[in-house]
Amino acid sequence: MSRLRDNRWVLPASLVVALLLGLLPLPALLQPLRPYWLALVLAYWVIEAPERVGLGIAFASGVVADLLYGGVLGEQALRLVMLAFILQRFRARIRFFPMSQQMLAIGGLLFNDRIVSALVHIMVGEPTLPWSYWWAPLLGMGLWPLVFVLLDAVRFGKRGR
Amino acid sequence: MPPYAGPPVASRSGDAASPLRLLAYLALAITLIVLDDQAGWLARLREQANSLVQPVWALAGLPGKLGGQVRDTAASHGQLVTENRELRNQLLLANARLTRLQTAALDNAQLRELLNVAERSGLDVQLAPILDIDLDPVKQRLVLDAGSREGVHVGQAVIDAGGLMGQVISVTGGNATVLLLTDPDHAVPVTVARNGVRLIVYGRGDKLELRDIPLSAGVEVGDEIVTSGLGGRFPAGFPVGTITGLRPDDTHAFLVGELKPAAQLDRGRDVLLLRPGAAIRLPAAGELPQPSLPSANQAAGGAPPLTPAPSARPPKQEGGSPPAGSTVVPAAGRQPSPLATNPPAPAPTTTQTSPVVPAAGRQPQPTRPQPEAQR
Repeated sequence: MSRLRDNRWVLPASLVVALLLGLLPLPALLQPLRPYWLALVLAYWVIEAPERVGLGIAFASGVVADLLYGGVLGEQALRLVMLAFILQRFRARIRFFPMSQQMLAIGGLLFNDRIVSALVHIMVGEPTLPWSYWWAPLLGMGLWPLVFVLLDAVRFGKRGR
Repeated sequence: MPPYAGPPVASRSGDAASPLRLLAYLALAITLIVLDDQAGWLARLREQANSLVQPVWALAGLPGKLGGQVRDTAASHGQLVTENRELRNQLLLANARLTRLQTAALDNAQLRELLNVAERSGLDVQLAPILDIDLDPVKQRLVLDAGSREGVHVGQAVIDAGGLMGQVISVTGGNATVLLLTDPDHAVPVTVARNGVRLIVYGRGDKLELRDIPLSAGVEVGDEIVTSGLGGRFPAGFPVGTITGLRPDDTHAFLVGELKPAAQLDRGRDVLLLRPGAAIRLPAAGELPQPSLPSANQAAGGAPPLTPAPSARPPKQEGGSPPAGSTVVPAAGRQPSPLATNPPAPAPTTTQTSPVVPAAGRQPQPTRPQPEAQR
């Protein structure tokens, strides 16, 4: 099966790249639009390689991201675990969705993620993000096919797609 | 198409979407959030982890650095010449102003001495580049590309050309994190420069807020706000912002003011770190009618006879940093720092220090002994 051929290093590498992309300096105007790369990459792995990526990796990468970004420790861990859980639940369906529906599903998940993040902030007593940040899920949704195809291509070499 | 070849049985039973595991992880995450909120030992653990994170920050900061280099190399000769000319003119103006301030500072020191008032402790500054990365947008933080190796320590005030930016809250070997004024966790004791009313400025996400202004205080829109030096963390007299709006608060007994920060609080430039340096000193002790302060000199313990002020300790460089840079008053000011045993840190760009006059002449309360900025 093609799974035997897939490159093992892609998983850690993609997570690290996603983390770095989150730190990359953006112009102040574009900052609210920064897509949640880590969630996109994680979503790919949860859908495509559920035997390797589960709640544990989602949690761990979330904690690492919290440390890196200097946010509330555990916030992103919580968000990513929720995202991964929902994806696992509906994985069988989402996998066979056409790309457009998959995009919608991912967009919904990212939007939900924003809500969870806002809830955490309110709980902890931190200010919530300005409304402009709610556009980011849309951009993330638009980037999903790109992430998906790119990761697939890297993972299976040229043959996979 | 992507391979749909996952073994169907495994993918179903191995779905692992068991609510139990979810609950376990959620509980763990929430515990972390709560613990982080309550600070304590986790904060210390987090500091340790921060030093692990450092290389990743450096990596993420690379594109910004590269961009800067590309811009530098792409700059044309003509541009450089114009910029050079402009800078030279600015330097000329700044130098002229500085000479005037020097005389003012000397006058000030003499008058203080005549009045038998505590000497304001001087300040050195240290240039530190900002690491070009974006942290969590909720928290107003900056990462500096200079750490304890360059002599940065927790609690240092951070300024730029405009005014106060914030303070250093954590330091690792090669990085330091700055809490900006606008962070909701941040507050600065300030005074209104025009009438000396003392207030506190709070961070408000991306702007600043003055709370609890008495109606009778006579604070107006357009007033400049400077640090008061109370509390001792920030030295007095640095601009914090300008009032852009006033409105009554919920009780209608006080006003709430909105402030526009004086400093530019985004990344992409260098910042200055303040550190306690040699105080402004008089050129020679003998030339002046100096009131004798035997007890003060005793109290200063081993201070050279030049230090007349009761509270001015001999300037020690904290953090073992090399005594680079000079004070405002040329000759007599500098004393060899007794603690500077470390060799200069091998960081060519980050440890230049330069003289600074702490905004001479704008302190509204001239007779109050200054709490030292050192801690």
